Amino acid sequence: MEETEQPQQDSQQQSNNGAFHVPTVAELKAKGEEPELLFWVGCAGAFDDRYQKVTRDFVKILQKVGIRYAVLGTEESCTGDPAKRAGNEFVYQMQAMGNIEVLNGYNIKKIVTACPHCFNIFKNEYPELGGSYEVYHHSTFLQQLINDGRLKVADGGEFKGKTITFHDSCYLGRGNGIYEAPRKVLESLDANLVEMKRNRSKGLCCGAGGAQMFKDAEKGDREVNIERSEEALETNPSVIATACPFCMTMMTDGVKDKNKEGETKVMDLAELIVKSNNI
Amino acid sequence: MSKQLIFGLFLLLSLGLFTYTVFRLVSFFRLTKKGFKVDRISERITTTLLVAFGQTKILRRPAIGLMHALVYWGFMVITIGSLEMMIDGLAGTERIFGSWGILYDFITASGDVFAAIIILSCFAFLVRRHVMKVKRFSGVEMTTKSSMDATAALTMILILMFSLIGMNTGYLVHHSNEIYGSYPISSLLTGLVSVESAHMVQETNWWIHICLIFIFLNILPYSKHFHIIMSIPNVFLTDLKPMTQMNNMASVTKEVKIMMDPNTAFAPPAGGEESPPPERFGVKDIEDITWKNYTDSLTCTECGRCTSVCPANITGKLLSPRKIMIDTRKRMNDRGPGLSKDSNFSDGKSLVGDYITTEELWACTTCNACVQECPVNIDQVSLIMDMRRNLVMEESNAPKELAQMFTNIENNGSPWQFSPEDRMKWAEGLTLNT
Repeated sequence: MEETEQPQQDSQQQSNNGAFHVPTVAELKAKGEEPELLFWVGCAGAFDDRYQKVTRDFVKILQKVGIRYAVLGTEESCTGDPAKRAGNEFVYQMQAMGNIEVLNGYNIKKIVTACPHCFNIFKNEYPELGGSYEVYHHSTFLQQLINDGRLKVADGGEFKGKTITFHDSCYLGRGNGIYEAPRKVLESLDANLVEMKRNRSKGLCCGAGGAQMFKDAEKGDREVNIERSEEALETNPSVIATACPFCMTMMTDGVKDKNKEGETKVMDLAELIVKSNNI
Repeated sequence: MSKQLIFGLFLLLSLGLFTYTVFRLVSFFRLTKKGFKVDRISERITTTLLVAFGQTKILRRPAIGLMHALVYWGFMVITIGSLEMMIDGLAGTERIFGSWGILYDFITASGDVFAAIIILSCFAFLVRRHVMKVKRFSGVEMTTKSSMDATAALTMILILMFSLIGMNTGYLVHHSNEIYGSYPISSLLTGLVSVESAHMVQETNWWIHICLIFIFLNILPYSKHFHIIMSIPNVFLTDLKPMTQMNNMASVTKEVKIMMDPNTAFAPPAGGEESPPPERFGVKDIEDITWKNYTDSLTCTECGRCTSVCPANITGKLLSPRKIMIDTRKRMNDRGPGLSKDSNFSDGKSLVGDYITTEELWACTTCNACVQECPVNIDQVSLIMDMRRNLVMEESNAPKELAQMFTNIENNGSPWQFSPEDRMKWAEGLTLNT
């Protein structure tokens, strides 16, 4: 996290109306350039209708602060996390080796991603297979941008005084000890941050981890996301903030189930920053 | 002299029995597989000091945690006294550590006070189990035997503590003019013991206490209260990885590398020293678990903190992380003896299927709340994941949506059925507000 203010590259400048193009690593390479930072979009970030919005907002932030970033575009492929957690080590390692080949081929050193599952697997499981990178989850990255003064915090933005509760992602919090970074980002919004009963290391899962996202739940009394959404709604929030694509889906569904989507929005950290700062 | 002889006989008998148990456990451990490497010793010592001696994780529930911590710290102090009793018993001495002066005063005083605290705590624990019926002490895996096991252990601890105070009180009255040590609680009770009976009270309680230690020691390994012996080593042997880190299977790495490298794909195997391919991927039965899985299962106290925070269990699914540990230990007890004599021994059952159902395994969200809450650093999730690996890679027994997800990843590089060509669609028409 030591980028100095870089003069914006041609490929990265926006036109007068603000339109800009997201560079791929391949495009940069064709020009003999390398990105300073790879933004790993992730499958949810690329394909999930709702999470595409988060991807777009995060890229806007990268563009705004002028970091020399790039994405892999069509060369990106699933990290293998859902396969691995579903017991299929073969599919996972095939994916991992393929990805590592691409990343190392482009000499990628630094990765940021908005998906805690991608983050966890890059940080903890790829190194042993030959893929060692400096990896950041976007919550930590955003916090750093704010700390460094590169991302200006809006005075009394959109969320000033509004109640926001943060839902911890297991792969971020318990898994990798990142509890405070997302909260620090939220504090910058000048909002009223309220904790759920179960928070931080005691946080309750949204129900999607361990490949549950891709299958029906086992028979039970109720769904995990309903249990968690009810707990979040008890804080009467304007916003339930999340930092994970799967949490976002689960919490959004939970809020809908309780017919609260009018009063309570489920939003990602990046979206909140963009909205609050009118980026 | 005869007291020394009888004591020595009891001690020998007790240690003999315990040695038998240790050998039995060693033969079970021999059936398990290699796990992670035990390195980073200084980090392990810190973890042990915090989690075991400092009781940091049990104190995550402060009130009841403190009661347990006091019992634990009490046991630490009282153990010094037990050691003294052993030496006294063998050497025919009385309070041989008495020459330690002020240190002895401190040890005996805290032991005496702790004995009273432990008595109060054990009563509270019994009330929680039998009167308040705290929810986490129930569940399908909590059989009558398991409940009796807990009650028996608590009762034994109560008798141990009562006899300790009885012994101290008898000692105070009997030796009224020459007392070693300090006994704040027992000295309040001296009025209850007459001078004539004092010696008998002291001796009787001494024997009750020491015999019960011998009995307890030999019951422990067959009870959930084995954690008294196992938890410190289990905490020391914690897998120090980040909780959500899942190991890469080396056997798969080898195969994938061969598949991906055209040079090695058709090359003859290098030398004859290659280890034979593993017989099985993942965990199906007891011979597939690692030594740490087994240590975990022996350490489990069935407190149910894991299960009480499990999102699957909270929402009524079958999965209970505690049950995974109990079943693993039970399976070893059932199959271990046969298997350690004959490596082909089969009883037609397996851990996955007959003890733990696939429905339980598929309900896990890998959220690691169970691992986080376990006061003795048991890792339930790794074992669950290894069982899933077996279901998928050996039995092709994955829920059909997951099988479809595997196909999607293999064909499209995404768990959903989207074309990889569309990966950049999100980036169309992006603008910054100017």
